[in-house]
Amino acid sequence: MSHHRVTDGLLAQVLREETGPLVARLARRHRDFDLAEEAVQSAVVEALTAWRRDGPPRNPAAWLQVAAQRNALDGVRRSARQRRLAERVPAPSEGASEVASTADSTGTDDRIALLFACCHPALAPEARLALTLRAVVGMTTPQIARAFLTSEATLAQRIVRAKRKVSTVGISLTVPAATELPARLDDVLSVICTVFSEGFVSTTGTGHDRDLAADAVWLASAVAAAQPTSAEALGLAALLTLQHARAAARFDAHGDLVLLAHQDRSRWDHEAIASADALLERAARLRAPGRYQLRAAIAAVHATAPSWEDTDWSQVVALYDLLAAHDPSPVVRLNQEIARSHTGSPAEALERLDGLATALASYHLFHATRAQLLRALGRDEEARSADETALSLTSNDAERRLLTVRLRRRPLDDGS
Amino acid sequence: MKYVVMFTSSPDLDAQTDPETASAVYRRIYEWFGEHAASIADGGAELMGVETATTVRRSDAGPVVVDGPFNEAKEVIGGFSVLDVPDLDAAIAIARTWPMLDLPGTSVEIRPMVVDYSQFE
Repeated sequence: MSHHRVTDGLLAQVLREETGPLVARLARRHRDFDLAEEAVQSAVVEALTAWRRDGPPRNPAAWLQVAAQRNALDGVRRSARQRRLAERVPAPSEGASEVASTADSTGTDDRIALLFACCHPALAPEARLALTLRAVVGMTTPQIARAFLTSEATLAQRIVRAKRKVSTVGISLTVPAATELPARLDDVLSVICTVFSEGFVSTTGTGHDRDLAADAVWLASAVAAAQPTSAEALGLAALLTLQHARAAARFDAHGDLVLLAHQDRSRWDHEAIASADALLERAARLRAPGRYQLRAAIAAVHATAPSWEDTDWSQVVALYDLLAAHDPSPVVRLNQEIARSHTGSPAEALERLDGLATALASYHLFHATRAQLLRALGRDEEARSADETALSLTSNDAERRLLTVRLRRRPLDDGS
Repeated sequence: MKYVVMFTSSPDLDAQTDPETASAVYRRIYEWFGEHAASIADGGAELMGVETATTVRRSDAGPVVVDGPFNEAKEVIGGFSVLDVPDLDAAIAIARTWPMLDLPGTSVEIRPMVVDYSQFE
């Protein structure tokens, strides 16, 4: 088992490094994104089988590239239309001479260009997500389906449709022009953020051979490196790095969720926290605040607090006030109220929270937060019923266990 | 690549536009065609009002002729042009500058033109 786990980690690393640039290069050579993506995806599936069986090859990048090229040529031969096209394409040189290091700048540029194409606003949002995970990160359709609790058939259909659209409507694999860049970058960041959020709650272990959250951190870092003058790109990389740095402490030995207040802070990745702080400082110097930077700044206050009790809540509240100005969504306002409840009275916090009741009626954390405030006010019966509502609204196992434990016991010690 | 851009608007909202604004937009539309001449492969046409539309529709008893446009959408196509630009982003960039987009209920639909019939083989 442990042998497999090591291989899975290595696989994930190799695949996410190599997949994107390989797709981009093959798409350029064959002038066909659909064909290139399919060829690389098949190579990824072959690699997963062969490497798990025989152990990884000496040069995994070369292995993957040779397999993808062979698949692409097979694809070309299969298609009558492509056969004619192939005559205009230079014959591929075999094997090692082709292997360009993807760590070079061309590889990085290719990956970012591909990412922009996969997150193009002409594609449906859920298709952007699926396509990014497959083409840029090197996940397989079953892996994505498992992570997002979608049926493989639905997902495969979505991917096929999205790829056809990229190929047929002329979505090019390029970084957008300066005038379009801010909006397009925002689309890219939002896809990465969704990948992370999904990974953050769902990677409690079983059944997952890819760590989505780690993939998202990696993607965000790649974008930040490629767009160093975009404050929000740096902000997202800082935010995800900070959140991920706490990953080890978020679950206990039984896989139960541990709230921030009770986490063992010595298990946080303090090196990662320091690197995120540095990113955030660079972002601040660009003087273009935005929601990712503000969320990162909030996460940084928590990450650098010596303990829950010593958290600088007035700083957290001030940052939430700024964030709510940038992003007045109900969920942000919920978090703003949670922060305020640490500096003010629970009764006032509860009153303001109830103002969000309609917008957040089906959001489990709204009810869980209400329960905590009610409990702090000694209104135990109402707290119970709020926790029960929360429980009925989440399907995440770890969150369900936490709420169940809370429902069974009496103490008031579960801060959030 | 060649793209057909279809300019749509909502007739009931068009009727509410004051004549001065409407004529200003029309002036800018003429300028728009001038500015983008290099990317416009075919100026296309402006269509007469949707009330002039006649549709020949399939039926089990053979084609029937009916009054009105092919669907009862709020937005109707008012005209179209053909762009010849490198990629979708270039087409979107031009579509964004369509002067009528200042008016409520308007949009521009972009569709690639079929140029390679071998894909239907």
